[in-house]
Amino acid sequence: MRNRSGGLYTAPVTVWITVFFVVPLAIVVLYSFLEKGLYGGVRYRFSLDAYRALANPLIIRVAWTTFRIALVSTIGTVLLALPAAYYIARSSRRTMLLVLIIVPFWTNFLIRVYAWMAILGTNGFLNSILLSLGIIGEPVRFLYNQWAVIVVLIYTSLPFAILPLYASIEKFDFTLIEAARDLGASRFAAIVRIMIPNIRAGIVTAILFTFIPNFGEYAVPQLVGGRDSFMIGNVIARELTVTRNWPLAAAMALIITVITAGGMVVYSAANRTRGRGSGRRV
Amino acid sequence: MYQTPAIAGSPVLTVRKNVLTVRRNVLTHQRKRDILVDVAPGRPNTRRRQSGKLKGSEVRIDGVDKAFGEFPALIDVSLTVKKGEFFSLLGPSGCGKTTLLRIIAGFETPDVGSVLIDDVDILPIPPNRRHVNTVFQSYALFPHLSVFENIAFPLRLRGLGEKVVTQRVESYIELVRLHGQARKMPSQISGGQKQRVAIARALINEPDVLLLDEPLSALDAKLRQQLLIELDTIHDSVGVTFIYVTHDQQEALSVSDRVAVMNLGRVLQIGAPFEIYEQPADEFVANFIGDTNIQPAVVTSVEGELSRLDAEGLGPVVVTCDVPPEPGHTVRHTIRPEKIRISKKRPEGLAPNTNILQGLVDERIYSGFQSKFFVELPSGYVIKAFQQHARFLDDGPEIEWKDPVWVWWNANDGYVVTPRGGDE
Ligand SMILES: Nc1ncnc2c1ncn2[C@@H]1O[C@H](COP(=O)(O)OP(=O)(O)O)[C@@H](O)[C@H]1O
Ligand SMILES: [Mg+2]
Repeated sequence: MRNRSGGLYTAPVTVWITVFFVVPLAIVVLYSFLEKGLYGGVRYRFSLDAYRALANPLIIRVAWTTFRIALVSTIGTVLLALPAAYYIARSSRRTMLLVLIIVPFWTNFLIRVYAWMAILGTNGFLNSILLSLGIIGEPVRFLYNQWAVIVVLIYTSLPFAILPLYASIEKFDFTLIEAARDLGASRFAAIVRIMIPNIRAGIVTAILFTFIPNFGEYAVPQLVGGRDSFMIGNVIARELTVTRNWPLAAAMALIITVITAGGMVVYSAANRTRGRGSGRRV
Repeated sequence: MYQTPAIAGSPVLTVRKNVLTVRRNVLTHQRKRDILVDVAPGRPNTRRRQSGKLKGSEVRIDGVDKAFGEFPALIDVSLTVKKGEFFSLLGPSGCGKTTLLRIIAGFETPDVGSVLIDDVDILPIPPNRRHVNTVFQSYALFPHLSVFENIAFPLRLRGLGEKVVTQRVESYIELVRLHGQARKMPSQISGGQKQRVAIARALINEPDVLLLDEPLSALDAKLRQQLLIELDTIHDSVGVTFIYVTHDQQEALSVSDRVAVMNLGRVLQIGAPFEIYEQPADEFVANFIGDTNIQPAVVTSVEGELSRLDAEGLGPVVVTCDVPPEPGHTVRHTIRPEKIRISKKRPEGLAPNTNILQGLVDERIYSGFQSKFFVELPSGYVIKAFQQHARFLDDGPEIEWKDPVWVWWNANDGYVVTPRGGDE
């Protein structure tokens, strides 16, 4: 009796997860093991063609580019987010500052990316400032390369890194910093040796919240990237809409999913060891 | 045998405004002190002085003011802690003890005044370069490091070799008696053990001064007593200057060489524990340290050392003062409960200048080694008198609730103190 009503309560969630997560994932897995249809779609015949196609050096190079862009943008994001989160957590006006962090979300993502195009464009804001200051003689082409992608990715990821970092720094006991200073640590040593290890959960969350979406990014390289910044997301889109190799698109999507899941495993493992270290505080 | 450190020390170490008060008191009670000195030899506190193993530094605080916004946390604090001394800052919560400690450690800067360690101005030196270490009230152990690594932390910062580190850490683990706990994480040990780790960690750099901010306040009473004795032992063996903050007068009195009593940001009195107790500088100190009977009293007449007062609730009383109060002034008369004798029979052959009053036992609290009597006088005032049960058979007939009794004390045991203290 109790079991049945329990099942009843969880039914909506179960339906939700099944319809929007399990079924699509199953379709992706299934498609990746089928033959491609002539004009897109699939033919229901088992095949490993898609996985063989993954070994294509072009795709491997794109995967490597994608990894590099995701990694560099993640490092940049976390390095910027750490001091920002620290400052907010120590500030007396933290509510206002947090709101300011969140406000850009009220604007559509694409519009924010277009705003960056307006800043970085050849006739853009940045170029006109540099020109008027005489730092450069003629406009620099900031857009349509890897660095433009990385800058915009850092911008879009910052709030996702700042918020978890803020949450863990907020909980951090700053008398530990004083204790470290008292025992002979410089300001820097106290932060590196004492604060960083104790806010590890926040740092890992910030890394995952940045790396995972950036690894699967499609729109930003599409809009501000160039030849050198073609990412897996763009290849998937091309295979779905232009080249029309759906099994290959599915196989690549699956790879991204596996990497994401791997990240989550690392995350929970990191949290578990942390729990053993500092948990059960009185 | 007794080196009378307190006589030399007292007048120097005072809040300026109280210099006169304290000095007067010291003079006033000079004769009483002579008696006390006879009683005092062999105190554990004085033994340490003769060990000659003093590695610590002298800390001199001079005219320090510190305000947080409008709020004055410290007002004109001056005191000198001697080399190797176990010095306590005693006062109620919020009186500025932690603030003073943080100034010495380098986490706060005074608005005015100076802090010197062995005659060197330390205010420009950042906390990590001061030879001062702190045992924090909240322990402040690093949760991600084991007991061993917590204690080793200061050595690791200095990049010492593994062998030296292990050897040093182990000797300090020995000192604070933490055998077998080295591999555990801070979350896996008890409060008392955490405090030992904090003490070892603070001592391993061999600081000149160790600051302890209510290190025992989070522990239960029995453990507190035990750790206090251990702290005293550790102090004896390392010879470092200890500045110990507490709001618990029992703690301060039992281990300190000298105590500074603070209230509302000021130092009211500095002296050896028995001075603080036996010769309180003002009403606040008298009330804060131990139990006492204290009443406003008007000085009626003065004959040499003997003053006659009209005390509220007691009526006319006599009290000895070397420096007599001004006739007609209102002062406070105070008498400690354990100095009052109590009996059902009127005592005979009393010494001259004994105050004797009659009353009814309003309440009696029996606590094994002593009984506390609350005796209601005809005026309605309830006076406290504590009777020690040292000689079971000599105590005379058992005194019960509602018994009419006599209470008496010698003029030498009463004190005159200035009203209030700290809050003007
Ligand atoms: N950083 C601070 N900002 C504002 N007020 C403070 C600060 N630190 C201490 N105070 C105030 O100063 C007074 C003394 O505090 P503290 O030195 O911690 O007292 P104690 O240690 O004797 O309990 C308290 O009233 C406290 O509220
Ligand atoms: Mg305090």
